[in-house]
Amino acid sequence: MSKIKLLTDGFVKNNPTFVLLLGMCPTLATTTSAINGLSMGLATLFVLVLSNIVISLIAPVVPDKVHIPVYIVVIATFVTLLQLLMQAYTPAMYETLGLFIPLIVVNCIVLGRAEAFANKHGVGESALDGIGVGLGFTCSLTILGLVREILGSGSAFGWNFIGGHDGMLAFVMAPGAFLCLGYLMVLFNKYLKK
Amino acid sequence: MAAKSNLTNMVLVLGLVCLLCSAVLGGAYVITKAPIEAAAAAKTQQAVAQVLPHFETLEYNDDANYYTAKDGEAVVGYAIESSVVGFGGPLSLMVGVTADGVVYNTSVLSHSETPGLGAKCSTDAKFIDQWRGFDPSVKKISVKKDGGDVDAITASTITSRAYTLAVENALNVFSTLDPSSPAAPQDDSTVILSDSEESTNEVKEDNDNE
Repeated sequence: MSKIKLLTDGFVKNNPTFVLLLGMCPTLATTTSAINGLSMGLATLFVLVLSNIVISLIAPVVPDKVHIPVYIVVIATFVTLLQLLMQAYTPAMYETLGLFIPLIVVNCIVLGRAEAFANKHGVGESALDGIGVGLGFTCSLTILGLVREILGSGSAFGWNFIGGHDGMLAFVMAPGAFLCLGYLMVLFNKYLKK
Repeated sequence: MAAKSNLTNMVLVLGLVCLLCSAVLGGAYVITKAPIEAAAAAKTQQAVAQVLPHFETLEYNDDANYYTAKDGEAVVGYAIESSVVGFGGPLSLMVGVTADGVVYNTSVLSHSETPGLGAKCSTDAKFIDQWRGFDPSVKKISVKKDGGDVDAITASTITSRAYTLAVENALNVFSTLDPSSPAAPQDDSTVILSDSEESTNEVKEDNDNE
């Protein structure tokens, strides 16, 4: 498997949001604006890459019966680390995403990649896979966040273009999240995924 | 692939991994403790500066969670922290009250309201600006739907009510202070605390019923 293919697989063939449908909880909950989606994606990318690296390193010595608890401890450690770092150095971002950061622990993408990829491959490949899937997730969340922000609040990346009027508020709330995700999924699978 | 499981290696590996992870987290906690506290303190300072006119010194009263701002010897006003239950969780405000009992400005410290609806309580200029110079002796402090003089945020009556109530609680704290003395005596402060807690609890029940 070529290195480039490892990276691009996460974008199209294994796109976590539009193809694998993993990590729906943060996807639906945090994409109320493009910035929120982007930050959540980057936070997950951070955890995904580091946990993939560590798990690919320790996988050979982890006994089969305890591999899930060991992986979860590793993932939870990185999530808590991220939470402390965000709280300390990016308090504004922590305020918006704080509630959803702990949910990365139970995000199926992270454990899914550990199970399906990192524990069978080397460090380099696992890191690339983490970057690919993480970026795929980040892009998906940003696009979903952007669509919902444009429709729901009439702004893009915080820049308002309808002059202070309310957008279609339903798109900022949960029903809009499902609708947007559904339509984006249709478009993605029809045009990008061959 | 994974090693064959037996009791010794399972206990050993899981124990070691947990030990290492907790060591890493302990270290990170120690390193980030100071910046986290600094960030929280900076935020509070900023909020106080935002809700009060220019002042020189600031005194904090631990018991009733308010700051007394002074310019020289004269009291400029009080910045009072006030917490109520909003629509999505706790709604925490910093309310600046000048020495004559008029609200100077308000600022949201933290909230967990719905994005696009209640969350506007920290961004909606029209809603926030009406609190500048709000005089409780002239205007009735409740939302228009309840017969008061406060314009609620569109489609967010519960959040607006909570916000109004937080300001009202802060004004109640203010009314128990004696504006002529620089800082209220410690005994009074304790009474103030229990009072404001009671009123907060009543609000919780109200909101649950809705």
